[in-house]
Amino acid sequence: MSDIADLDISGAGSRRPQPADTDGDAAPLTYAENTWCPGCGNFGILNVWKTLIDELADNGVPRERIVVVAGIGCHAKIADYLNLNTFYSLHGRTVPVATGIKLGNPELTVIAHAGDGDCYGEGLEHMLFAAKRNIDISLMVHDNGVYALTTGQYTPTSPRGFRGKSTPGGSAEQPINPLELALAGGATFVARSYSRGAERLRQTMLDAVLHKGFSLVDILQVCATFNNLYSYYNERTFDMDDNDPSSRTDALNRIGEWTYGGDGRIALGTFYRSAADTFDGAFRDIDRSSFDREAAVRDLLARRV
Amino acid sequence: MYDSFSVLVGGKAGDGINEAGNLIARLMNRLGYRVYVEVDYPSLIRGGHNFSIVRCAREKVGCRTDRLDVVMALNDETVERHAHRLGGGGTLVIDTGSVKGVAPDEAAGPEAGEPDNDAPSGSTEVGSGSSGAAEQGAEPKADKPQADGERGDAGRDDGRIVMGVPIAAILKELQAPPVMRNTCLLGAFCRIAGISWEILEDTIRQHIPRSLEKNLEVARRGYEAARQRETLASLDLPALPVMNGNEAVGLGLIRAGCTAYVAYPMSPSTGLLHFMASVADDCRLKVVHPENEIAVILMALGMAYAGERAAVGTAGGGFCLMTEGVSLAGQAELPIVIMVAQRPGPSTGLPTYTTQADLHFVLNAGQGEFPRLVVAPGSAEEAYYWSAVAMGLAWRYQTPAFVLADKAVCEGSYSIDIDALPPLPEYDVPLWDGVSPYRRYARPDDPGAAGTAGAPDDVAAAGTAGESGDASTGAPADAAAAEPVDVPGDATAAGTAAAEGSTAPSAAVPPGVSPLAFPPLPGEIVKVDSYEHDELGVTTEDNTETVLMEEKRVRKWCALEEEIDRLEAVKVRGDADAPTALLCWGSNGSVCREVADELGLRMVQPLVLSPFPTRQFEEALDGVERLICVENNVTGQLVKLLRLHGFDVDDAIRRYDGRMFSLEELTTGVKEVLQ
Repeated sequence: MSDIADLDISGAGSRRPQPADTDGDAAPLTYAENTWCPGCGNFGILNVWKTLIDELADNGVPRERIVVVAGIGCHAKIADYLNLNTFYSLHGRTVPVATGIKLGNPELTVIAHAGDGDCYGEGLEHMLFAAKRNIDISLMVHDNGVYALTTGQYTPTSPRGFRGKSTPGGSAEQPINPLELALAGGATFVARSYSRGAERLRQTMLDAVLHKGFSLVDILQVCATFNNLYSYYNERTFDMDDNDPSSRTDALNRIGEWTYGGDGRIALGTFYRSAADTFDGAFRDIDRSSFDREAAVRDLLARRV
Repeated sequence: MYDSFSVLVGGKAGDGINEAGNLIARLMNRLGYRVYVEVDYPSLIRGGHNFSIVRCAREKVGCRTDRLDVVMALNDETVERHAHRLGGGGTLVIDTGSVKGVAPDEAAGPEAGEPDNDAPSGSTEVGSGSSGAAEQGAEPKADKPQADGERGDAGRDDGRIVMGVPIAAILKELQAPPVMRNTCLLGAFCRIAGISWEILEDTIRQHIPRSLEKNLEVARRGYEAARQRETLASLDLPALPVMNGNEAVGLGLIRAGCTAYVAYPMSPSTGLLHFMASVADDCRLKVVHPENEIAVILMALGMAYAGERAAVGTAGGGFCLMTEGVSLAGQAELPIVIMVAQRPGPSTGLPTYTTQADLHFVLNAGQGEFPRLVVAPGSAEEAYYWSAVAMGLAWRYQTPAFVLADKAVCEGSYSIDIDALPPLPEYDVPLWDGVSPYRRYARPDDPGAAGTAGAPDDVAAAGTAGESGDASTGAPADAAAAEPVDVPGDATAAGTAAAEGSTAPSAAVPPGVSPLAFPPLPGEIVKVDSYEHDELGVTTEDNTETVLMEEKRVRKWCALEEEIDRLEAVKVRGDADAPTALLCWGSNGSVCREVADELGLRMVQPLVLSPFPTRQFEEALDGVERLICVENNVTGQLVKLLRLHGFDVDDAIRRYDGRMFSLEELTTGVKEVLQ
């Protein structure tokens, strides 16, 4: 249990809605009862949020402009727990929903939380296209290498040989490296972090949210019940301090050092960041204040006489 | 049959047949005619056989006739497949450069190019040897044979002629690009139809502004190469805009406040994406074409959460991918308009043809029970009006609204007169008051909740679920034993609040509707959830809460049912007192109206298919002794829907070869049923 001793799992709240909880209250969490397992890596991510809200405010993002989108899976309960604007969406669909919200109102800061099965399996194409578009949203993937809410099956990042309930003889597939994929897609911010080590995770999430463009943080998040990798990660993870995040080549090399399995060392930190135009940029500055719909319709009709 | 004039232009894909048809339609429209253009083309880019039929009349028309007055052939296949449809006095115009199977009766105009050496002399017989079934594919259902008796039996002695125009030679001589073939045809058509050069020049100036001088030159040569055969008088009617259904859907959406359109291309809905993209700047639209239809609907729902009035469009295959988003919209109570343009299936089916086979798919798509609006326009005018209504009601009731169209409506072009439509209802969107703590799924009208004074009678008697369970002790709710809540279709729910003859929208906040607000809201949060949720939008599995939320959505559903009863949700035309009625939906509206007028029948067309307008439908059938349902599907989907609502039909006429009924086909079919 020493692995999880530093985790705050006090997310539980009262069960019944209490108006005071949300009426202008700046509490970071709602009354929703926390149902993550003891030792779950998701607590580490939720705890970062408790301070991230104020930090974002200090960086010009007031909390009412934050929108958190979640998929479906254990990670997604964060949508219920956070006392923020949230869209609790569908499995695999966090990215298109987050993209739509950002396009709908580019003044919002949209942060998508997803699981690895959710985002790299069911919704992989959306992630690649978000990277391709460089839409200004942040994607935090709670990567625990297992479908936990469905009680233990292999995911796209489970290592070959993973014995889950759908692969009792061991998975016959190679894991994908989601960071390589995101870079290939054109992501302008690619990082990896770990649900342990609050300060590192806080800094990476903050950097990702403040980055202009699509950012992916693959968070090694331990499922204490179905895939407890605390010891494995503790032995192999290290903080990068000598990489050049402006170099794609350097980024690809560092990302490739660990293949989501095996004995490679697991680099943590920001592999790549660059500046590029964002897709939502074209959707700003649409002035509808003087737009007369009836006149526009009449005009379009007149052009077709 | 209305007195009308029909011209068919046929050629290979890539010949610009649609464009030629549209130009002729615009020209006739300027003369005051009401036009309808049916386009028929296969799913390919080059080759194949394309044709476009333009029908013009004094009255509004929306179907083709088998009988043609002019056939303009850019290839032999057009002659083989369509020339036999020419009526007495008809004219077959051939491009002497590309049509070899038939020779002109007379030399082209004096300025024509090289002689047509390849054409076999004397082979000028029109309509011989062609297969009757070829033109429109398989004939309809065997027991409802269609009118075809007059085909091919008229000889050359009835005044039909073949006229040659050396289009290729003219273009070559003038060094004009192949696309100007259309302009040349248009010139020839005007001369044949007796339309003055001035009117033609005017039309070209407005609709073909690119390479104007060259186009005018080409048109002039086409004009001179042809000979006058008809005198189509200018009508004393104002020229109307000509628009296809896709464009009319877009126009209606824009009129009703659409601010975003998201779509992945798929025939026959692609035209709407093109239209919205082309007017995006003028109409302050956000238009996005994402990676697939799943992303399309999820993006649109994200936009709706942020306050954008978004619409999406697709055909059946793309809609398969959207269904999880439809259900999400139902659960999360997010407004969205979805145009589904039907094309024959199953699966890829016939991509560029028409059907009415997705009615039950659209009525039932998505897991769970939630209100949905389904409207089925049958013309460009109806597409405009009902798309606007769909947008208004989607937002007023925070639920998905469907515009169920088909290829015939989406890609058919019609004269459109929006001033002939009833005034568009302006639907208010209930918005948060900015004072009380914001709860995205607030239920101020819960039975037993404080402040239910405004709740209508039919929900006041709803289930006692609010008191039936004890979540704190985990005791089971006995909701199942409670008095069943009113659901749509109940006699008590339908029509109780509809004001007689009034189109005024209902109360400020309809039952079951939670006022909307969008982030950012300082001091408040907006939570939407695909799980069952409480009023704030936090996930719950509590049984009492579940019942309250199910019943909230059902209250919206009942209110929506009353709302559509304020509209003309069932259209009656023809002889409104006739004991025999033709029943149809969607694109069959036009042909059924014309057949009903001709045979003295009543015509009944439900425009809203969900919630089903039971009261209006009953009224429309008052005095009907015989009901004949006309559909473009094999199993009778409207008939099935009617049975669910306690109605039945006496006869059915169905066509399911991907083509619309022609006027003659349906007339004969109805006559046979009535024999």
